[in-house]
Amino acid sequence: MKKLSFIMVAVFFMISASLASASTLEEVQKRDVLQCGVSTGLPGFSNPDEKGNWTGLDVDACRAVAAAVLHDANKVKFVPLTAKERFTALQSGEIDILSRNTTWTLTRDTSLGLNFTHTDYYDGQGFMVSKKLGVKSAKELDGAAICIQSGTTTELNLADYFKQNKMKYQAVVFDTSDQTVKGFEAGRCDVLTSDQSQLYGLRIKLAKPEDAVVLPEIISKEPLGPVVRQGDDGWFNIVKWTIFAMIDAEEMGVTSKNVDEMKKSTDPNIRRLLGLEGIKGKGMNLSDDWAYQIIKQVGNYGEVFERNVGQGSPLKIKRGLNALWNKGGIQYAPPIR
Amino acid sequence: MGALFFFALFDLHMATVEHPQKTAWWNNAHNRALLFQVLLAIGVSLFFAFIANNTIHNLQQRGISTGFAFLKQKAGFGIIQHLIPYTENDTYGRTFIVGLLNTILVSALGIICATILGFIIGVARLSSNWLVSKLAGIYIETFRNLPLLLQIFFWYFAVLQALPSPRNSLHIGEKFFLNIRGVYLPSPIFQQGFGWVAGAFILAILATIILKRWAGKRQEETGEQFPVFWTATGLILLLPMVAYFATGRPLSWEYPVLKGFNFQGGITIIPELAALLIALSVYTASLIAEIVRSGILSVSHGQTEAAAALGLRPGKILRLVIIPQAMRVIIPQMTSQYLNLVKNSSLATAIGYPDLVSVFAGTTLNQTGQAIEVIAMTMAVYLTISLTISFFMNWYNARSQLRER
Ligand SMILES: N[C@@H](CCC(=O)N[C@@H](CS)C(=O)NCC(=O)O)C(=O)O
Repeated sequence: MKKLSFIMVAVFFMISASLASASTLEEVQKRDVLQCGVSTGLPGFSNPDEKGNWTGLDVDACRAVAAAVLHDANKVKFVPLTAKERFTALQSGEIDILSRNTTWTLTRDTSLGLNFTHTDYYDGQGFMVSKKLGVKSAKELDGAAICIQSGTTTELNLADYFKQNKMKYQAVVFDTSDQTVKGFEAGRCDVLTSDQSQLYGLRIKLAKPEDAVVLPEIISKEPLGPVVRQGDDGWFNIVKWTIFAMIDAEEMGVTSKNVDEMKKSTDPNIRRLLGLEGIKGKGMNLSDDWAYQIIKQVGNYGEVFERNVGQGSPLKIKRGLNALWNKGGIQYAPPIR
Repeated sequence: MGALFFFALFDLHMATVEHPQKTAWWNNAHNRALLFQVLLAIGVSLFFAFIANNTIHNLQQRGISTGFAFLKQKAGFGIIQHLIPYTENDTYGRTFIVGLLNTILVSALGIICATILGFIIGVARLSSNWLVSKLAGIYIETFRNLPLLLQIFFWYFAVLQALPSPRNSLHIGEKFFLNIRGVYLPSPIFQQGFGWVAGAFILAILATIILKRWAGKRQEETGEQFPVFWTATGLILLLPMVAYFATGRPLSWEYPVLKGFNFQGGITIIPELAALLIALSVYTASLIAEIVRSGILSVSHGQTEAAAALGLRPGKILRLVIIPQAMRVIIPQMTSQYLNLVKNSSLATAIGYPDLVSVFAGTTLNQTGQAIEVIAMTMAVYLTISLTISFFMNWYNARSQLRER
């Protein structure tokens, strides 16, 4: 009943809250803390440590926004949400940004009253199986019991994939990733399915990670990124350009370590990025050094990636699609000018 | 609330104001009360209309879809347990029915099991046998005081998951299997002529009812007893059996077989259902046991002594004298336990049992984003179930009240 009452309260807010009184930017500045919706615990993306400090790629997206808006990457309140709760939480104004490995789809973008800002991680759905089963390909999974998390695109892709391949399956649907992992670990299911990056994250949650393998097949496109409420274009711009600034910074070679030195650069691109010339933060009602703060306090996209999911993390995910466009990937941000 | 208040007002006026002389119509208490009621009704309707209108307007402004058209859209996700045929190609509307039936299934089974178990434990608690009464006491104190969610997790993860993998199933012959994926039973396949067997069964039940009436009457008139129980058991077993063999055994079984990862065929009881059912029954039984105990204690001891003096044996004293009187205390409290059980069944989502909240207020809500419609429908369901149970229990309560002759 607890879950249900959470949603009921949120629904009540949706009914009663009148339309956009103050802009999200003003509200966040007045409150002096950014409210950011994240997962309940997914290593690499948003995961609390024992002391309750959140880390991860999705977490850093919020920290970057806080750095740009509040000049302090630590002024973020993280709200853990299950897949089912996340959209209602954003719609009802309980959070300012949803940064919770959320896939951009037509339905979500057009009928929930939400807007996806930019894809900060290109993902796809994969399968993890126990090594014992000796399965080499997803095509061999006919008749398998599969653990999934409810309220995800995963649930729908799975049905499509098995139908297309004329296979049967049994879906065991859980609420949080913790329960999903436990169900898989206890042997309730043969397979755990989710976005592939998350499988690597969940795999290290297993008692014996080496007993599970991630199958090579990717069965869907899962572009993940921060989401905001529809109807506040100013806020939409801020979040979108926060991500762009991190990607552009990587492209220009500006990092959290060298950003102060880079202020001396004569490259006009870098000077515009760091707010030394050009339009600066004016169009977004932010201070001139908004992007400087992001890079200084959080880092550029490459740093954030490597630290959380790449070589600097236990997940060791390769850049792949998430490399910059000029390095063989598809991460590409419009110019800052 | 409002209506109640005005009824009170109405009564008040009826009681106090009774002027003989003619007054203007609005000074007439009766008319005035009526006027207030109409005004109130209009006010309340306007208020709700305003909220509804405001909500729809707000949702549209924010670009959130509204309306119930989504119920006709294809759902596209699988559900592990469905009492009616269901595939990914069915609609969101059907996911509502599937979830609803699953909620009703676990609630109904839970109510039956919790009642039986609760009665047994409650009576055992009062047993004169020290060990039995202590054990019942320990049961009650343990399960009543642990949070239900914890118990659900316990039954699910700790006990059920200690079961073997499908390939190492526990089994009875090649017919019944038990493993971590659930209990697999043979499913009956009815052939032509099975109607006769079913008919014979119904006939036996009808005969039993008539027999019981007749025996009761006879006992009242002559004081002679008739062994109704044994006769009825014989009837109910024998009659269908005769029909079964007479029609050439029109029943065969489909046995579950291990194919690939899992067993296919037969009937499956998923562990999620089993765990939820056990947890709900065990927990609610501990509360019911206390109610039963207090009910029995409310019947004065003199009754027991009087019955014993009449020569009734202890079993009969309990069944014929104490329980019927205790029922008057027990039933009203039982109603609220039943209502709680139904509501608690929504904890299902924690272990992936596909009940209404998990399937419809969970997945369907999330995939369509139509929170208000989905939550409204879900609330309507729980309200309806609750009202139905209350209604039935009130009727039963009225029936079992002491009829003074
Ligand atoms: N990208 C998909 C799936 C997202 C998702 O919720 N994945 C699970 C993986 S099991 C997760 O992150 N769970 C974390 C949690 O429950 O907090 C979507 O947007 O629907």
